Amino acid sequence: MTAFIAGRLLALLPVLWGVSILVFLLIHLIPGDALQLFLGTQVAMTPAQMEELRRLFGINKALPWQYADWVGRLFHGDFGVSLRTSRPVLPDILARLPVSAELAALALVIALGIALPVGILSALRRGTAADAAIRLVGLVGLSVPNFWLATLLLLLLPGRLLPIASIGMYVRFFANPIGNLAVMLLPAVSLGVVLAAVIMRYVRSALLEVLANEYVRTARAKGLREHRVINRHALRNALIPVITVVGFQAGYLLGGTVVIEEVFALPGMGRLALTAISQRDYPVVQGVVLVIALLFVLTNVVVDLLYAYVDPRVRFG
Amino acid sequence: MTRSAAARRTSTPARLLRAPVAAAGAVIIGVYLLAAASAPVLSPHDPLAMASRSLLAPPGGPFPLGTDQFGRDLLSRLLYGARVSLAVSFASVVLALAGGGAAGIASGYYGGPIDGLLMRVMDVIFAFPAVLLAIAIMAVAGTAVWTVIVAIGVVYTPQFARVSRASVLATRGLEYVEAAAALGAGARRILLRHILPNISAPLIVQTSLSLSLAILTESALSFLGLGTQPPTPSWGNMLAESRRFMAMAPWTAVFPGATIATVVLGFNLLGDGLRDLLDPRLGS
Repeated sequence: MTAFIAGRLLALLPVLWGVSILVFLLIHLIPGDALQLFLGTQVAMTPAQMEELRRLFGINKALPWQYADWVGRLFHGDFGVSLRTSRPVLPDILARLPVSAELAALALVIALGIALPVGILSALRRGTAADAAIRLVGLVGLSVPNFWLATLLLLLLPGRLLPIASIGMYVRFFANPIGNLAVMLLPAVSLGVVLAAVIMRYVRSALLEVLANEYVRTARAKGLREHRVINRHALRNALIPVITVVGFQAGYLLGGTVVIEEVFALPGMGRLALTAISQRDYPVVQGVVLVIALLFVLTNVVVDLLYAYVDPRVRFG
Repeated sequence: MTRSAAARRTSTPARLLRAPVAAAGAVIIGVYLLAAASAPVLSPHDPLAMASRSLLAPPGGPFPLGTDQFGRDLLSRLLYGARVSLAVSFASVVLALAGGGAAGIASGYYGGPIDGLLMRVMDVIFAFPAVLLAIAIMAVAGTAVWTVIVAIGVVYTPQFARVSRASVLATRGLEYVEAAAALGAGARRILLRHILPNISAPLIVQTSLSLSLAILTESALSFLGLGTQPPTPSWGNMLAESRRFMAMAPWTAVFPGATIATVVLGFNLLGDGLRDLLDPRLGS
């Protein structure tokens, strides 16, 4: 297991290197002069003063050197300074992180809560009208834009259920758990439904695949009751690969929080990034993109390790 | 084996008919393409024309689906929006298919350092949540139509690279490919004549599924104000504009979203149906 973990972490290095290059280059794609961008149009300076500032900021050097400086600062937790507030970027992002993480986690819980029972039912009732209906609903669920679902929920619910879905009423979980969950419910549902459809389809096909195995037939042939065959033999093996879907879909969850936070005015990282985009505050945009990409990469490592822990075939195979 | 051999002999439309799921998807997509193509004929009004006397008019009468806050006809805007949304999505997926397909085929066929390099690049793109990377590209590159196409195209390139690489690896070792090589066929001829036709099935399925994601991403970008810019109508920016008025005029929010969901469902049905049709192992 130690060798597996070490190998997995080592494979991470080239990806992280590439991610840092891409995020670094992203900001250098912006047309125009970085210093002019920082100063805005109101400040008049002589070329000599501009040159002095460039030297001060280290942006007179060639790109590879700028990249090296930038990575060096990242390792010290220095993600740059906001062009609007002049505050360091990282603390502001980390302050918003719990909101986005909670939204993603709740959405995942909701998705699994729907997907596991429905997917299992669909597989066990394979070929029936119920199965067909579930599959169709699943496909529709995949097709609905989450921000539209959010809009519809807002449109249909608030009149009668006022305490939930009050936009802009976010409270921290530890300050007021019930108030927090009430505000987070609709965003989490909007984000979770699509994921439920994805996972449900996966659970169904995984269970069907396992049920076709010889050892399931053996279990039945030796006279085990059906619920025992399903619970002890089939489900255990079918649900393990579902862990990997959660890994793939972490990208959907993290990307989805950006959109959903905007709809419900939740003060998460995504909303921070969108506000920063509208203000052309590129260091903040860069910081959020980097932090979310790191979270995504790390989630996938954790998922891989979890999978290897649960299923020995992975780490020895 | 005999069944799939028989299926291979019949024409594609005939096979589609035997796969009702794929056929349903194809019909939905066909209707949308037709509607987009004939938007100037079908639209009852100019999509940009404002009727100051009928702001937020409910569906019915001269405005079949109602009007928005400027009195613009919703149906006409949805029809013209279809042109933008579908064109951008198709263009971006073609870009992803060409780039990812070429990278995947080169990776799978040549292997070695080319494979290593190309696949690491794909891993890096894959390390970003798709919507987030598209947002980031739009944020720095500006909101022109071609940047939307490139942003979405880049984001969905790795899937095509992985699918085509895996198919090439599975095909490369087959005897008929080795026979072609033994007969002295060059790499170009082997790739185009012998490998490409045999990896097209998974690429077609991936294209359909990617189109559904591309439409969702384009509308999400436009919804956030980073895609198609008003006053040009796109389904996403129509939804965004409706947010302030939807309590008074729910139709402004309901119809654009339903339009997106239906065509995305079409591509999902087509993709699912084709996969069952082309890959019997995964069939239900």
